[in-house]
Amino acid sequence: MRFVKTVTVSALALAISAPAAFAEWQPRKPVEFIIMAGTGGGADQIARLLQGLIEKKDLSPRPFIPINKPGGSGAEALRYLQDKAGDDHTVMMTLNSFYTTPIIQEDLGVDVTEFTPIGLMAMDTFLLWVHTDREDITDLDSYVAAVKGAGLDWKVGGTGSGQEDSVLTAMMEAAFDYDVTYIPFPGGGTVAKNLIGNQIDSTVNNPAEQMEFYRAGSSKPLVQFTGERMAAFPDTPTAKELGVDIEYYMQRSVNGPPGMSEEAVVWYTNLFNELFNSQEWQDFCTSDGLTCDNFLNGADLASFHATQVEAHKKLIEQVGAEAITGE
Amino acid sequence: METILVSLGGGLLQAFEPLNLFMIFAGCLAGLFVGCMPGLGSVNGVAILLPVTFLVPPTAAIIFLAALYYGAMYGGAISSITLGIPGASTAVATVFDGRPMAQSGKADKALMAAAIASFIGGTVSIVLFTLFAPPLAAFALKFGPQEEFALMLLAFATFIGLGGDDIPKTIFSILLGLVMAAIGFDIISGQPRMIFFDMVEFQRGIGFLVLAIGIYGIGEMLWTLESTKGKVQMHSVNITWARFKENLREIKDYINSTWIGSVLGFFVGTLPAAGATPASLMSYGLSKTFSKDPESFGKGNVAGVAAPEAANNAASTGSMLPMITLGIPGSPTTAILLGGMIIWGLRPGPLLFTESPDFVWGLIGSMYVANVATVLLNLALIPVFIRVLAMPFTLLTPIIFMLCVLGVFATTDRMFDTWIMLILGVGGYLLRKLNYPVAPAVLAIVLGPLAERSLRQSLISSQGDVTTFVTRPISLTCVILAVLLISYPLIQRMMRRRAEAQT
Repeated sequence: MRFVKTVTVSALALAISAPAAFAEWQPRKPVEFIIMAGTGGGADQIARLLQGLIEKKDLSPRPFIPINKPGGSGAEALRYLQDKAGDDHTVMMTLNSFYTTPIIQEDLGVDVTEFTPIGLMAMDTFLLWVHTDREDITDLDSYVAAVKGAGLDWKVGGTGSGQEDSVLTAMMEAAFDYDVTYIPFPGGGTVAKNLIGNQIDSTVNNPAEQMEFYRAGSSKPLVQFTGERMAAFPDTPTAKELGVDIEYYMQRSVNGPPGMSEEAVVWYTNLFNELFNSQEWQDFCTSDGLTCDNFLNGADLASFHATQVEAHKKLIEQVGAEAITGE
Repeated sequence: METILVSLGGGLLQAFEPLNLFMIFAGCLAGLFVGCMPGLGSVNGVAILLPVTFLVPPTAAIIFLAALYYGAMYGGAISSITLGIPGASTAVATVFDGRPMAQSGKADKALMAAAIASFIGGTVSIVLFTLFAPPLAAFALKFGPQEEFALMLLAFATFIGLGGDDIPKTIFSILLGLVMAAIGFDIISGQPRMIFFDMVEFQRGIGFLVLAIGIYGIGEMLWTLESTKGKVQMHSVNITWARFKENLREIKDYINSTWIGSVLGFFVGTLPAAGATPASLMSYGLSKTFSKDPESFGKGNVAGVAAPEAANNAASTGSMLPMITLGIPGSPTTAILLGGMIIWGLRPGPLLFTESPDFVWGLIGSMYVANVATVLLNLALIPVFIRVLAMPFTLLTPIIFMLCVLGVFATTDRMFDTWIMLILGVGGYLLRKLNYPVAPAVLAIVLGPLAERSLRQSLISSQGDVTTFVTRPISLTCVILAVLLISYPLIQRMMRRRAEAQT
């Protein structure tokens, strides 16, 4: 009897002290998972995949709720995150407009280096796409000829002035010495759909955005803007192979608002690191042409961001902010 | 045709499997609850309940989420009618006539019309979906920016007739809504605009729910207080079997509006840009324009409840189409469904129908069953819902006020929006006192951003040439229809005057 009592008491004591011993930060309410782009685009697909994985693997005691804030080439989302300074229940899936939008829109009052870096999930890639109906276009040369023939009637779809695809479009305009009309849509998925519907003539979609239409035989890639050919597109040449010096990647990192508490940063970093290493995520990277070799976080990611901001400043200076905003 | 029937048969069989049937009922119930709480729309509902779906196979999971989505569409109508606060953006148009009906003791009729119209809307939409999904997907691809803008023009045209005879006041109200819609970031260049008093909070713009809850929740409350001086006659309704049968016979009063709403809702829903909210507003406008008795709209015409309710259910089915066939969600809720599908290893796109037929047809089959389930649940629960109206006014008003504040804060998480909501509520009340129609302003704040984006995209792509709207067949058709709709009330009025002059 005495023994039972002792065991009960010690068990009770353990039960009381255990939570204190393992007390670490955890979300206490649903986490807003902001996506700085529209639905159906690359960032959106990734965020929704991650959200689902968090639920499936039961990695968070509270759900992650994805919210799209595509307004103003991501300006809406950046401003939103800035206003959330000190909040531990908001994180954001970012893309390169994380760098370009604050450079182009100076009066936004956002400095992304003040945001809290959490984890770099992947580097995404770009390809040049046209509709398969365009039988006259088979490679880069015939593409450039077609664009030059059409002049400003050539319509390139993208996700907004100042977004990475407009930077890439401006880089191409400079490299091939032509001018196109750039039409902004609310997200990469909508851009892809408008290419298939022949509303626009070409796009520089990420692989994930065109994949299903490509598999259905509605669109074809002409060039990939990577260092080496991706496994998913073995027959598409890189720009460098064709003697054009354009190599451009898109970062896919998760960041928090400025001044997030240290305990929360640790928790989120562990969470996204675990997701990064999951089989599901690595499979997605392979099938959709993302590079997912290194998970950067903390100071490494902060210095990565700083380098990228400088690189984009130079890039925008080179092609001219007007070439990107179209003003 | 035969292959469709065989596949559909298989799908229906799947829907009747015990687990799936259970998921349908569970989803509908959860959806009803989520939908009728202001500020807790189907988006949050689906997001919060997504984890539940990892416990069951993918088909059962999507069935659950789709049923939840339907249930939420029905649920939105409940708070619109009984409390006068739209539970979700899709149910705003339901307030226009649903609330006046409740105030005159006809809440049960309004709720029943909402349930039946939703059922018809949902069913018509699924039949269209079953028969024409692939060709409709091809049609949706033909919708470029020009067509989108022409469609928005059409939506505005349906609303010119909404303000009654006073067309200048209606136009003023639309413009006011458009101005509010323009606050925030320029959608093309991303530059902030109309930042009043340099308050950064304005950069995020004024949300649609903020305006709708302000005008209908707070504005309506003030209006009732003033017009009754607090001595409100509460109408409690006793539901008897006889009254139920009498209500059932009244279907003929709103069946035409229901058809309009069903077909229009489906088509608008299939377009990736639009979704259920514009669909319900457009169908309200249209059925008023073509009603024999347009004057009674906004004062408790049952057709004004049926039209938007049929449309929002039809549109929620319609918005599954671009998601399944193109991988582009037609609404925020379907975006979350899309996320679920990616996890289950399904890639929505043009190949889904051929690569995962079991999944697609199971989903379609479940839509039929979910519709029947929701209408039954709803009809059974009407007596419970109208209990709300038996509450004394002194208790109900504070509750409405609380729900308005809570609803806005819960969706936007900012006190700023709550203040704006209260200010707009008072503003809406004043406008109403001056006999300005407020519904067109609500429409404009929803459609404004869509119209602006498509207008500017069209003009960029045509390099400033406005004839681009009349040189494309689909766009031309919409423009002609819009012009006809705008002139229809004018012509009607001229004819009436001529007739009066002759007598």
